[in-house]
Amino acid sequence: MVETLFKPGHTACAGCGQAIAARLVIDAAGKNTMVANGTGCLEVFSTKYPESSWGVPWIHSLFENCSAVASGVEAGLKYLGKKDSINVIAQAGDGGTADIGLQAISGMFERGHDVLYVCYDNEAYMNTGVQRSGLTPTLSNTTTSPSGSASLGNPRPKKPMPEIAAAHGIPYVATASVGYPQDIQRKVKKALSIKGPKYIQIHVPCPLGWRHESRMTFDVAKLAVETGLYPIFEYDNGKLIPRKITAIKPVEEYLKYQGRFKHLMKDPEAIKEMQAIADNNIKKYGLSATV
Amino acid sequence: MKQFIEGSHAVAEIIKLCRPGVVSAYPITPQTHIVEDLALMVANKELNAQFVNVESEHSAASVVLGGESTGVRSYTATSSQGLLLMAEVVFNIAGLRLPLVMTTANRAISAPINIWNDQQDVMTVRDSGWVLLFAETNQEAVDLHVQAYKLAEDKRVMLPVMVNMDGFILTHGMEVLDMPSQKEVDKFLPPYKTTYKLDVENPLTMGYLADPDYYLEIRYMVQDTHKQLLDIIPQVADDFKKAFKRGEGNGLVEGYKIEDADQVFVAMGSVCGSIRDVVDDLRAKGKKAGLLKVISYRPFPKACVASALARAKEVAVIDKSISLGAFGPLYTDVMVAVSSLGSEMPKMSGFVLGLGGRDITKRSIMDTYERLFGKQVDCEFIGLKQELLVEDK
Ligand SMILES: Cc1ncc(C[n+]2csc(CCOP(=O)(O)OP(=O)(O)O)c2C)c(N)n1
Ligand SMILES: [Mg+2]
Repeated sequence: MVETLFKPGHTACAGCGQAIAARLVIDAAGKNTMVANGTGCLEVFSTKYPESSWGVPWIHSLFENCSAVASGVEAGLKYLGKKDSINVIAQAGDGGTADIGLQAISGMFERGHDVLYVCYDNEAYMNTGVQRSGLTPTLSNTTTSPSGSASLGNPRPKKPMPEIAAAHGIPYVATASVGYPQDIQRKVKKALSIKGPKYIQIHVPCPLGWRHESRMTFDVAKLAVETGLYPIFEYDNGKLIPRKITAIKPVEEYLKYQGRFKHLMKDPEAIKEMQAIADNNIKKYGLSATV
Repeated sequence: MKQFIEGSHAVAEIIKLCRPGVVSAYPITPQTHIVEDLALMVANKELNAQFVNVESEHSAASVVLGGESTGVRSYTATSSQGLLLMAEVVFNIAGLRLPLVMTTANRAISAPINIWNDQQDVMTVRDSGWVLLFAETNQEAVDLHVQAYKLAEDKRVMLPVMVNMDGFILTHGMEVLDMPSQKEVDKFLPPYKTTYKLDVENPLTMGYLADPDYYLEIRYMVQDTHKQLLDIIPQVADDFKKAFKRGEGNGLVEGYKIEDADQVFVAMGSVCGSIRDVVDDLRAKGKKAGLLKVISYRPFPKACVASALARAKEVAVIDKSISLGAFGPLYTDVMVAVSSLGSEMPKMSGFVLGLGGRDITKRSIMDTYERLFGKQVDCEFIGLKQELLVEDK
């Protein structure tokens, strides 16, 4: 079996993108790492008492405070004179990051703690049953933004969390996708080589919440990137470095595999709206390899 | 060394002597002087600690939780709305069995917003698992902080301890007190050592999900520790008395002229000072009054309270907070304690005084005394201005 710091035997669903990404992150970070985890699927499926998947020191406190807990862990390590040899990671879901945890994250960034924050973006509150979050994409059907006769689902675009992070002037911000495992690990290693606050947001499909087949996790993740709906880029000291797409695909290619977008498939106007979001991303982040 | 010093400065000074490695706090009146002092001590290298300026009390509590989880002695202080904002983390810290110490400068709760003293804030975290100690004087506040770390970090305990001191009355009050030396504190309070911490050599998971098969026992163990604390607190108080040559009571409660008292006041915090004066006045008139001061509100020393009140004829429980819709919290607890006395139970009366900083005068305490002999009351507000009670509809 492959040596890993995130042991199998946890209770994640089959095809859980977050479980795969969490393993890639911690294995890239290595054993000299401490993790503060927010409440959410990852915490629940990996630490059901008395068992734990974690091969590194790991602490879960509450839903919205992992960045503040990580700040305290970092302060403790600084006091002990051990910070230079130990990485500190704060991690949570999209809800724990962009909504309820945003204030604490902003505080951690502003104070300049030497902590890597990882957001596992499955685009809804999955642990509580697929409710809408600030990172739920436009027109997605969730249990609190259901499509209906007077609604096409979530009416609002994703909160620009990477830009919010970058606006704090922190040295490194990146997005990534579980569809590109090496890219995740490269970014984690790069982030950890930089002192100060870092932010990585990883797109992680959720078969249960997105209603796609479990075996489609990697394909769905890749299609999000290839359509331009989930732009992959870095802000390296504020400088934008996009991951280019060689063959850009139409958004239907991504949407059609997922129950959460099923209601759009017979609605050309809605598809147009989704395509416009992708086109805008491609332009904004310079994603096209051919232009 | 004897010093004439403000309560907040005294707390900052004693915290410095306890050598915390992580301090984090968010400003709120009347806690501010404590943390401003600590910030200055760090800035001047008098205190070797990481001082983390946070964006909220929720984060202040979370930062010291994180610091403590690395095995580093940590400290925070708050008050009123700050404690309420922290509440979620306060419960979490106790559940994680992290031996933090926090000062609460007790203050009223909004609405209406009010910065003055009462003890409503701490009651919101009464059931959190923290050890809750109440200081009557600034000397006692100083002494309780040293004992707080000693108790919290005791391997038999591993629970957080909160030292409550009445906002303004103590925090901003000047008092001559005896500040211990660094050497004395170091001797009483050795460096914190634990294996229950985040450590890359021994990777622990802290903060599990516990399902119905496990949760009940984990909570029971906290309750069981509180039961043991009823023995441990007196031991630590006794050690403190021997080491520092001062301290009244047994760490849990303290009696004043209670041995032969017929009428006993029960109270917590600075109001006990005024009650002592009233007791003296009554004694001068030949009335056998006394005071039972509760120092440890959690764990609640049920047996001590019952035996201290066993020979009283009338008891006045003075609450500076209220469980709206029911009674004063202290009254409820004292009632449970004396219920064990059966037919020997004194006539019990409950009073609510001083909410939102309303002065508790000797006159208002005498009011409660006089009412002990009339119709029995369980939640009587003292000092209400009837003219303000017109309904505004
Ligand atoms: C203060 C608070 N509010 C609400 C909850 C309930 N809650 C627990 S996990 C969760 C959803 C987590 O969503 P996200 O952060 O996106 O992580 P995911 O489960 O999707 O990985 C919610 C709403 C909570 N635990 N604490
Ligand atoms: Mg989520």
